[in-house]
Amino acid sequence: MTDLTSLTLAEARKGLADKTFTSLELTDAHLSAIEAARVLNAFVMETPDQARAMAREADGKIAKGDAGPLAGIPLGIKDLFATKGVRTTACSKILGNFVPTYESTVTSQLWRDGAVMLGKLNNDEFAMGSSNETSCFGPVGNPWRRDGSNATLVPGGSSGGSASAVAALLCMGATATDTGGSIRQPAAFTATVGIKPTYGRCSRWGIVAFASSLDQAGPIARSVRDAAMLLRSMAGHDPKDTTSVDIPVPDYEAAIGKSVKGMKIGIPREYRLDGMPAEIEKLWQSGADWLRSAGAELVEVSLPHTKYALPAYYIVAPAEASSNLARYDGVRYGLREQGRNIIELYENTRAEGFGAEVKRRVMIGTYVLSAGYYDAYYLRAQKVRTLIKKDFEDCFARGVDAILTPATPSAAFGIGEKGGADPVEMYLNDIFTVTVNMAGLPGIAVPAGKDAQGLPLGLQLIGRPFDEETLFSLGEVIEQAAGRFVPERWW
Amino acid sequence: MSVDAATVRRIAHLARIAVSEEEVPHLQGELNAMLAFVEQLSEVNVEGVEPMTSVTPMQMKKRQDVVNDGEIADDIVANAPATEGHFFLVPKVVE
Repeated sequence: MTDLTSLTLAEARKGLADKTFTSLELTDAHLSAIEAARVLNAFVMETPDQARAMAREADGKIAKGDAGPLAGIPLGIKDLFATKGVRTTACSKILGNFVPTYESTVTSQLWRDGAVMLGKLNNDEFAMGSSNETSCFGPVGNPWRRDGSNATLVPGGSSGGSASAVAALLCMGATATDTGGSIRQPAAFTATVGIKPTYGRCSRWGIVAFASSLDQAGPIARSVRDAAMLLRSMAGHDPKDTTSVDIPVPDYEAAIGKSVKGMKIGIPREYRLDGMPAEIEKLWQSGADWLRSAGAELVEVSLPHTKYALPAYYIVAPAEASSNLARYDGVRYGLREQGRNIIELYENTRAEGFGAEVKRRVMIGTYVLSAGYYDAYYLRAQKVRTLIKKDFEDCFARGVDAILTPATPSAAFGIGEKGGADPVEMYLNDIFTVTVNMAGLPGIAVPAGKDAQGLPLGLQLIGRPFDEETLFSLGEVIEQAAGRFVPERWW
Repeated sequence: MSVDAATVRRIAHLARIAVSEEEVPHLQGELNAMLAFVEQLSEVNVEGVEPMTSVTPMQMKKRQDVVNDGEIADDIVANAPATEGHFFLVPKVVE
């Protein structure tokens, strides 16, 4: 039965509809795969009983012919999404054994459409990281290794558990979140497809907040079509999130296979970095060639403020995080460390509960918002953000339909390899993805090739606001040209 | 701009994170690395540029000022580390 795990979501949907197998069989196959892959540390909580109950319910509905679009499909859920009755920690010690009494909007929509929850997935603590090494549950292993090497590599982050689990065939798709690249970078590191939709597309309600003006949920999946199917269920207006946009959700799957003939694709010259590895350059060129062969027109474009996106992000995101994380005070939920008075209780709880990266960002955020520094840092960063967004608007105003860039500046790296001495070294991972969050745009990462050591590399497509459909159409062209990449099983 | 040890202690207190004396030099180095990195923003001309307040152009949604939730005190305190009935327990705040 294990080969059931190698199906794409679209193939599994067909098999379930044709009664070739049941959701219970499909779910059990994935539960066994999860058990056999614990060394990857992708799941921080397995929920087999709940999974089987949900699968039986889905089988009942399929038999009765009233199955939802994701009926019986087993998924993994990033531990940033509140799941009713199932521990949710954001992979932080400070949330301890927090068991939500409510369900996030995004996951409730997946269950509404019949999906099955296999468990909760590892991530960087409060989604702050690019390697999944800041999780209080320890790092996640990437199912991909360098040719001829046994060294375990990071799956990227913050949605490292999601990417690793999807790549290792432990779940048919996963929820993820992206504040500066946390869906697209791990997708690129694991040869999976990840899309961060337009800001406002998915409700943020019930997702542990990191930087509220940047956070968006999206799927990580095994194919572009699978990502389209998942996003359709995850997206949609929610009155409980004031930034959620009240416009209809299109049938994203209908965009798959649509002609891209005549589309204008921008190649931003500022993304051509000094010292960029030749293989990334080559991959980018291949992507452009594939799109051109499919009938798209390639044009060079300029996004002059690109280099300022990452520094502006490292003011805006920590500032918002310092405010959002003020709620972890040892009083209402989670960890509590005693103190002689209430201030000490707060200080001791937060010292004990937050990891090093989170502390660092909360402190930077506190500093840039503090009296006398607000204008110099925060206000200036928000002005730079306006300029970054304007770069994209100017580009789209000239008729560009989407922008093609590399997803990451390198392939996956080893555990403990980066950011030890200087945190900025790790932050540079998000150099191609962070602009998209700053401008609130949709971006998709699609596997496109391998580097000389056999590690996957991805390309990113950036779209106009609320035009995820174009990204799916173009992403499909890349996927068809590049093929699907599956790691060799070693775990 | 860079921060000195006293500023690190002040920020830590503002952020309500206990920091030991041994941690200060390390944190100071990391914070200064981040501040050095963001320093390049000072070269951008932001004259006359509006700061971003909403990334998606949309009217702020408002809801009716009515009670649409409630009677869930059990849920609210369910995860609290120390409670008495429907109250959160904290150390004495007012002497």
